Amino acid sequence: MDLIVQGVVEAFKLLIRGDPEVLKITLLSLGVSLCATAVSLFIGITLGTVIGLTRFQGRRILVSLINTGMGAPPVVVGLIVSVFLWRNGPLGILHLMYTPWAMVIAQFLISLPIITGFTVASIQQVDPKLRLQVLALGASHWQLLWLLVRDTRLPLLAAVMAGFGSIISEVGASMMVGGNITDQTRVLTTAIVMENSKGNFGLAMALGIILMILVYLVNMALTMIQQRSKPR
Amino acid sequence: MRGGQAGDSLYALEAKGLSAILGGQQVLGIPSLQVYPNEVLMVIGPNGSGKTTLLLCLALLLKPATGTIAYKGIPVSDSKQVLQLRRRLAVVFQESLLLNSTVWDNITLGLRLRGVRGDEARDRAQKWLGRFSIAPLAKRQAKTLSGGEAKRVSLARAFALQPEVLFLDEPFNALDSPTRQALLEDFEGVLRETKLTTVMVTHDRNEALVLADRVAVLMKGTIHQLGTPQEVFGTPVDEDVASFVGAGNVLPGVVSEQSHGIVSVDVNGRYLQAVSDLPVGTKVAVYLHYEDITLSVVAAKATQSSARDQLRGRIVKVFPLGSQLKVTLDCGLALASVITKRSWEELGLRIGDEVMAYFKASAVRLIPKH
Amino acid sequence: MPGKSLKHAKSGQAAHPRKHAASLGVALALLFIVTVPLMAACTSTPASTQTPTPTPTPTPPKPANPELILATTTSTQDSGLLDVLIPLFQKQTGYVVKTVAVGSGAAMAMGERGEADVLLVHAPDSEVKFMQAGHGVTRKLVMHNDFIIVGPASDPAGIKGMSSALDAMKKIAAGSAVFISRGDNSGTDQLEKKLWKKAGIEPKGQTWYQESGQGMGATLSIASEKGAYTITDRATCLATQKNLSLSILVEGDPVLLNIYHVIQVNPAKSNKINAEGAKAFADFMVDPATQQVIAKFGIEKYGQPLFFPDAGKTEAELGSV
Repeated sequence: MDLIVQGVVEAFKLLIRGDPEVLKITLLSLGVSLCATAVSLFIGITLGTVIGLTRFQGRRILVSLINTGMGAPPVVVGLIVSVFLWRNGPLGILHLMYTPWAMVIAQFLISLPIITGFTVASIQQVDPKLRLQVLALGASHWQLLWLLVRDTRLPLLAAVMAGFGSIISEVGASMMVGGNITDQTRVLTTAIVMENSKGNFGLAMALGIILMILVYLVNMALTMIQQRSKPR
Repeated sequence: MRGGQAGDSLYALEAKGLSAILGGQQVLGIPSLQVYPNEVLMVIGPNGSGKTTLLLCLALLLKPATGTIAYKGIPVSDSKQVLQLRRRLAVVFQESLLLNSTVWDNITLGLRLRGVRGDEARDRAQKWLGRFSIAPLAKRQAKTLSGGEAKRVSLARAFALQPEVLFLDEPFNALDSPTRQALLEDFEGVLRETKLTTVMVTHDRNEALVLADRVAVLMKGTIHQLGTPQEVFGTPVDEDVASFVGAGNVLPGVVSEQSHGIVSVDVNGRYLQAVSDLPVGTKVAVYLHYEDITLSVVAAKATQSSARDQLRGRIVKVFPLGSQLKVTLDCGLALASVITKRSWEELGLRIGDEVMAYFKASAVRLIPKH
Repeated sequence: MPGKSLKHAKSGQAAHPRKHAASLGVALALLFIVTVPLMAACTSTPASTQTPTPTPTPTPPKPANPELILATTTSTQDSGLLDVLIPLFQKQTGYVVKTVAVGSGAAMAMGERGEADVLLVHAPDSEVKFMQAGHGVTRKLVMHNDFIIVGPASDPAGIKGMSSALDAMKKIAAGSAVFISRGDNSGTDQLEKKLWKKAGIEPKGQTWYQESGQGMGATLSIASEKGAYTITDRATCLATQKNLSLSILVEGDPVLLNIYHVIQVNPAKSNKINAEGAKAFADFMVDPATQQVIAKFGIEKYGQPLFFPDAGKTEAELGSV
């Protein structure tokens, strides 16, 4: 119990002191996860909207795959990405292994099915006649996509929060493809595991608290956007 | 706008050889349909007759299986043209289908999509918000409106677009009676002022009577009759239309006598005089408008009426029909008439009373059966 | 076709509710603007976090292939030794080292696959097999530290002070005290298993023998919580002592020596192996100056060194088995 208190105290000390190591780790965590979320958001919402609106052969299978992907263990994703990015793997010439970009790729793959799946579900709930009405108003296909996304922005923002949440606190894949290398690929989650393994529980707890503060701040920002757009 | 080319045409909209297939079945088969500029064409028909499908095809929201559609004489061919044409039309559906934003945003969305911005957009939006009496709602979130308010927004939105042709699919269907009535009156006024070419689907005969210049009766995907409301309701061209239109009695009969254009029709043992050239033996459906039958109390002034047909019967049922009463008699055959509530009271009628039904031979319309 | 519609979209798009489109666009743009340089900054040539030195040093040699992957064990990382040695090496040679701390077993697996250039491990038996199979081209002794047997102060198995580690382990097996093993094929784990074998005991499956599957720090905390025995390297024990309630019970037996070697992966495996870099690192580790650094490491913090430099000696000289 006192470990938690100790952790909180140490967290504040680190933050106020502006410990450069912690700062670097935190910024990298944020950078990697935000970047992965941004790309995942773009592709996921577009893909999800298109899938939600069109009927085609094998659509059900695709949606099942997406839903399965939502529950895919991140560490397995990490393993698969590793196999591709290893030196002797098919993408080895890109030299991405043990770099933050590898982590972005892995996190992108983890959050993509989540955002896509949520988007498909939200779009499917839209009245099919609404689509006709928007087309009747004179929207082109791209405008239709944009308007429907705008109309379902509340559940979509929830999807983005879910996507971001799933990757900022993810450790397995980040460890595998990043390697937790000092000054290069160490992020909050991998640092926590390492400090824990070393027995520095206080520091691990402190980093954990910083991580949660981070998640809270990002979610608060997203929630504010979401609630601001809500019908009053 | 674009004139003087091969495209110039008499019609605002023309469809030829139109057919649509849904779920493997053909639901629409229309060889030819024209809509004149500035006219209000109502499409009526029972549920499942293909009215909505027809509307969607004409409004370029559904691609028909076969057929061509031409606006102002220029046929629609590729998808780019479809988008441009859609931006010259407006559609109002049964549901209001507003977006998750303010009323103002909803009204101006269509305008923005069509490149109308700034002052012009603002002026149009304000004008139509005012015209439909919803100006105070401009800043409200669309999702918080009542059914009637939302419908007004959806109408204002359509009119603000100043479309070439306005399409409506049973727009007032989902509203409660008083709201519906109020809105119908406003709408009728606006249509009269703007003289917009309008194609409207309804199954409310009242709306058809009030608004239509012409009525098209659609049944099982084909147009059975197309004409003025008087033609359609007064002289339905076949039994299906007659029964659907529901403005009169439809009775099966056989021509039993023919004499210089006056026939006697055997309807269930009773004989009605009618004006017709049909030969003896023709099986017919007798169509007799409710309003063409006059009722009077038995024993009073028996031979006063100049009507050729007289039947005596007993009142078996009374049912309100709009603001009148539909009185059903048993005269050996079931016959119904409408009278005003006032007349009912003045005649002192009650269910079970014996009355006389009078109608002119010329009111008895015969529709030959196939 | 989408291209043409996009043009249409732009003309209609510009007129859309400015607030939402704009704020979303701005947010996304910000995201990219912020994250890309963030990551670039965090991955630039890592400077020592302790002492940012803007002093004009003679520009270090820029090697042809500066990227070097070092696979090593968790103990070298956890002790903090690498945090001192790696920056030193990088500054001296201009190589950028990616230190991946995975445990001796995994490190050698990586070397076998050619996914690492140089290894720093402490599992002699496996290393020998590794070299015999031709996966490594040079193997040099770097340093040693020792393992110790720790346990609860109450010492239910009564092994305190025993000079023979094997006898102590036999006593633990005989009694009902719990023993926590790492069970992760690390160097520590391999030594522990070797000792059980030498003592003629098969601990697997016995109720008193539990495997944590984790690093040394976590394993020690488990042992501390459960009042159990375990084998640990002295360095980690010293580093985490303040959080634990374990006492050092058996030490000094030569079988408990923990010897570290640096192995250069065989470049013949593939042309992706950074042979020069591996050689540079190996040379660095046995260099007298580096050996001095190793010798001094830990004295300030713990009052005693954590590692003992041994470059040039052989295992036989050290007296281990």
